[in-house]
Amino acid sequence: MNRRKSFSYAKYGYLFSIPFIVAFILFKLYPTIYTAVLGFTDCKGLGNTNWNFLVDEPFKNYITILNNPSFQTSLKNTVELWIMNFIPQITLALILTAWFTSRRNKIRGQGFFKVVFYMPNIITAASVAILFNALFAYPKGPVNDILMSAGVLDEAFYFINNKTATRAIVAFIQFWMWYGNTMIILISGVLGINPEIFEAAEVDGASDVQIFFHITLPNLRTILLYVLITSMIGGLNMYDIPKLFSLGGPDNATLTTNVFIYNQAFSGSYMYNRASAASMIMFLIIAVLSALLFLVMRDKDEIKRKKEQKAFAKAQRALAKGAN
Amino acid sequence: MKKRQGSILFKVLVYTVCIFLAILSLMPFVIMIINSTRSTYEIQQQAISLVPSGYFMSNLEVLLGKTFDPVKGFLNSIIISVSATACTVYFSSLTAYALVAYTWKLRDTFFTVIMCVMMIPTQVISIGFYQLMYKVGMTNNFLALILPAIAAPTTVFFMRQFMLASFPMELLDSARIDGSGEFHTFNAIALPIMKPAMATQGIFSFVASWNDLFLPSILLTDNSKYTMPIMVSLLRGDIYKTEYGAIYLGLLLTVLPILIVYFMLSKYIIAGVALGGVKG
Repeated sequence: MNRRKSFSYAKYGYLFSIPFIVAFILFKLYPTIYTAVLGFTDCKGLGNTNWNFLVDEPFKNYITILNNPSFQTSLKNTVELWIMNFIPQITLALILTAWFTSRRNKIRGQGFFKVVFYMPNIITAASVAILFNALFAYPKGPVNDILMSAGVLDEAFYFINNKTATRAIVAFIQFWMWYGNTMIILISGVLGINPEIFEAAEVDGASDVQIFFHITLPNLRTILLYVLITSMIGGLNMYDIPKLFSLGGPDNATLTTNVFIYNQAFSGSYMYNRASAASMIMFLIIAVLSALLFLVMRDKDEIKRKKEQKAFAKAQRALAKGAN
Repeated sequence: MKKRQGSILFKVLVYTVCIFLAILSLMPFVIMIINSTRSTYEIQQQAISLVPSGYFMSNLEVLLGKTFDPVKGFLNSIIISVSATACTVYFSSLTAYALVAYTWKLRDTFFTVIMCVMMIPTQVISIGFYQLMYKVGMTNNFLALILPAIAAPTTVFFMRQFMLASFPMELLDSARIDGSGEFHTFNAIALPIMKPAMATQGIFSFVASWNDLFLPSILLTDNSKYTMPIMVSLLRGDIYKTEYGAIYLGLLLTVLPILIVYFMLSKYIIAGVALGGVKG
């Protein structure tokens, strides 16, 4: 009787996982291996599917890519643009989180502010990039008009022709699109902290600033790490904004790795092999970051489970006591 | 007394900053909406105006006179995004159900694999994906963008969390006693209970699919297959270079559907973001 019960249902676990596993192998695993393999071949030319392994120098594509000045620039740009957007983004998100969760001064209209701050994140990035391109138009454009009538500029400034300005704008767009998202995640993190800790600190006479630095921030550690790593992975994939706002220019100033990979593989010489090598380099970097995230999140689950076990044991003890 | 003054100062500071940020979020879109009704000449005279003008129809004529076809882009995007979302939501629920409702030998291994590949973005494997699709003749085929949605590790992860927290397993036993088949139990009993999680995950996978540019732009080379983001990218090309009225209008047409959906569902979307893990 017992044996039949434990036997009969396990197969459904496998059965119901089949669609996922098949789709995963076909559309994720196979392309990953294929990309890795192409990195070791001579595959190039539009629509070419015939290729040979580079037997003499298997790592030729990787060496070419790593020594390619454009790839080096794109890697540097990607990291720099991410840092330029992430530092202001996390700073503002933390300040807003502190304000919106202040227990002494309740801020009204939070629902409205959250909806408005998050809005840019949901708009198609391609549209955002082109909208900003129009806003920074030269010689007559909305931003130039505002700055000139405010007296900041004497004459129209050609933003998209200036390396520093273009990079700053691309970083700003990323910041503008993501700080609302980060803020909402952080606020929900603060709401998840046990309120008794805050109450105890208040009773002890801690100021809002003290509470923020000594209680809120340390308790947000896991969530901050999560935000940091997911943002980094997202930042390493930056494509739409630099591609459509400034076409990677001027003079490669906003060329990111993904724009570089796209240009290598799908325009001009169709160098699938080199694009694959560049992809695999990015893949490795992202895999390391994912592994970090995996450790962080598993840790969180583990702690939760331990807490639950403790609470359960406590309840059992209380019950036993009650029975006595 | 001093404390209250500090509190008022604090609130003035907070509201000033928040209102400034709100304007920063909204202004680009307000400029876009107003300028879509103004002629390119007007925009070049004065790029910002608070008053709409009457050139909406003539902008539309310029816009549609070239390769930009918002109706086709909209329909293509709808077909892809709706199908991909349906695949993601249904099969992720099924996979999560397999992980939660049954005990099987490789279950934990399978879940660890899902966690590991959760964050790997499709862009870095796009070359292999493109070559595979090219070989089997599926470029310019929407299925190439729809079928991969069956395997959505992030959604499976969140569906599993939801199920572990709020799925009454006793229901399964009573369904079995009533003689319901396992697959039928999933469809008739488990799915309805998972509706809230399916709605949240559905919104986000729809938005992600709708906004995607990289993969569609390498796979879809045929004009009649262009999705909305590819249509948008045409506005950056030489053909519209100086036609600012038409560019603003084209942007408006692509942004409007999302804005409407967003303001209708904002409550659920914000709640979904708060759950975390939406960043793609």
